[in-house]
Amino acid sequence: MNNYSNIPLQASNNGADEYILNMGPQHPSTHGVLRLVLKLEGETVKDIVPDLGYVHRGLEKLFENRAYGQIIPYLDRTDYLSAMNNEWAYVMAVEKLMAIEVPQRAEFMRVIFAELNRIMSHLLWYSAYGMDVGALTPLLYAFREREEIIDMVEAACGGRLTHNYYRIGGFRQDLPKGFFDMLKKFISHFNDKVDEYEALLINNVIFMKRAQGVGVLKKETAINYGVTGPNLRASGADIDLRKQDAYGVYGRLDFKACLRDNGDTWDRCKARMAEMRESLKILKQCMDMIPEGEVMAKVPKIIKPAAGEVYTRVEGPKGEVGVYIVSDGTEKPYRIKLRQPSFSNLSVIKEITIGHKIADLVAIMGSLDVIIPEIDR
Amino acid sequence: MDFKKLLWDLFYDTGKPLSQFYAWAHNLWMQTGLPGFILDVFFQLVIAVVIAVFIALNAIWIIYYERKFAALLQIRKGPNRVGPFGLFQTVADTVKMLLKEDINPDKSDILTFWAAPFIIFAASFGVFLVIPFGNGLIAGDVNIGMLYVLAISGLAVIGILSAGFGSNSKYSLIGGLRSAAQVISYEIPMVLTVLAVVMLAGSLKMSDIVAAQTGNPLKWYFIPQIVGLVLFLIAGNAEINRGPFDLPEAESELVSGFITEYSGMKFAMFFLAEYTNLFLTSALAATLFLGGWQGPFLPPVVWFMLKTYFIVTILMWARWTFPRIRVDHLMAFSWKILLPIALLNLLITAFLIKVI
Repeated sequence: MNNYSNIPLQASNNGADEYILNMGPQHPSTHGVLRLVLKLEGETVKDIVPDLGYVHRGLEKLFENRAYGQIIPYLDRTDYLSAMNNEWAYVMAVEKLMAIEVPQRAEFMRVIFAELNRIMSHLLWYSAYGMDVGALTPLLYAFREREEIIDMVEAACGGRLTHNYYRIGGFRQDLPKGFFDMLKKFISHFNDKVDEYEALLINNVIFMKRAQGVGVLKKETAINYGVTGPNLRASGADIDLRKQDAYGVYGRLDFKACLRDNGDTWDRCKARMAEMRESLKILKQCMDMIPEGEVMAKVPKIIKPAAGEVYTRVEGPKGEVGVYIVSDGTEKPYRIKLRQPSFSNLSVIKEITIGHKIADLVAIMGSLDVIIPEIDR
Repeated sequence: MDFKKLLWDLFYDTGKPLSQFYAWAHNLWMQTGLPGFILDVFFQLVIAVVIAVFIALNAIWIIYYERKFAALLQIRKGPNRVGPFGLFQTVADTVKMLLKEDINPDKSDILTFWAAPFIIFAASFGVFLVIPFGNGLIAGDVNIGMLYVLAISGLAVIGILSAGFGSNSKYSLIGGLRSAAQVISYEIPMVLTVLAVVMLAGSLKMSDIVAAQTGNPLKWYFIPQIVGLVLFLIAGNAEINRGPFDLPEAESELVSGFITEYSGMKFAMFFLAEYTNLFLTSALAATLFLGGWQGPFLPPVVWFMLKTYFIVTILMWARWTFPRIRVDHLMAFSWKILLPIALLNLLITAFLIKVI
């Protein structure tokens, strides 16, 4: 019969209604090349096994043959929607290893771009999620504002998706002229646009019926599985690395972690919507507080950290982005391990999907906001 | 013959010159001594061809219209490259479809797989028989018009089921089963709303239903039957698997549902049937609730098209705005909400007819 090589599930023989469905690796709503093997009874999901590895590129091995400065562009290509945050986690690790002090202006710029990046990522999540639940129009509305942010980022660093902007010790170049005008214009109207997104999809009756009470992720389960980011905060755990680690200049900024109580699909959506508003608040403060000055610290031409190891983490749009570096004192790292949020976030899917319908599976997976190149690397 | 009068009749009282022409042709035919039914069959074929051409041309326009309308809602431009304002985009797409390879999946059930697009298309094609496009412009004004519409359009579900079964794909099968459940569930509230209109008009015949509404917009049935109109639009939209009710296709869940495995011209047939059904549902809504082809000044055909496209626009608006309903909510919505309202509507209508 069917010649599939590795099917990790078997339909039980006595229950005649059960069958196995291969969802992906090519499927419109698996966000890239994720393969889910489902055991279904009718339309109800009985069991689910994610099968990973379809876009594995061996990035971590590649890092071992690159100088420290050459690694930054690769990080853009893990989670391409939060490139700035990934870069930040990495350069922060090297800076910690070499005890480099970053200029204040650069610190504020890092926050600005990390937050812009967070909004970008959430906007793309919103549009893709609209597609997942069958609403095709929100996509274009979210992209309208995303385009504005991308234009800003492009003006600053030249890249629209993969930025390669952060440097060990600061930034490649200072902000361009007129950047803050663009930012001011964006800040002035974005809050209304978030209202529009909520009216268009999140607060729609059909959507609320589909999302509320579906895929409930309990706080304990989330912590046990290592779920981070908005998914974790939607379950009610007050964990936001920007608050807890207060890296960069986050300690000086006034914002709150967006908590929700129920941990269902709808709460995860609402948490992201609230986070966009918080990011906007942070941007506003940064714009007022950013000082003039250098954007690059004094960094040696050849970056050669002393032997040792370091782990740094930042709060990416999807959760904790961690970089673990082992240095052996040469100009190339001995080993770099990335800890990125989507893997843990996806692993929880079995816990929260079983017993729901296929349509719910799509809604739940979308609400977890996983991105496959980040899982496979 | 007065040319100006003929032109007027052609536009405003189309039935009269047509029947005159038929009588003239019949007379001529009878002089040859051949049996009369041959001429009738010939005329039927001509009508069928005219309807087929109309469907094709209308589909070209309606697809373009939908894409432009969706673009308007989505703040983008829509097709604007092929021909003036992108008007020939659909033609180009159709040519592309024709040139595509026609794939039969491994172990597919050839008979059902091939029959499905034709059954679905035939079901929507058949309904055109009783659609009153204008004054007397109706292919066959049968006595049981509305019943015929419901019976024939219900056949489409067989095509969808056979597409789901014949494709040998689990996605298709789920899509087919979903569709069967959905179409059957929504047929009932639809029939009940239609029944209320039929009671008001006192006839199942389409031309009678139109005539009963008279040329006065205040007497059209959307005023006493406003609930019925809303129910009809919701149920009709679910019948044709569009809008927030596109579960049988459900791109993000079932890839493409029952059309997943179809390619080339067979896929185009499904596409054509979808848009034909959209037009049909709107045409029925216009006929039952908006006074059909009746209206001041403009020729009846123009009024009919305006009303139909008004409803088409509403259905498209719903499609491009709402997220998809989940399958169990869909069933609950039909049986627990639409059906009681439809029954109540029917009861109240019946009561009011008796009283007034």
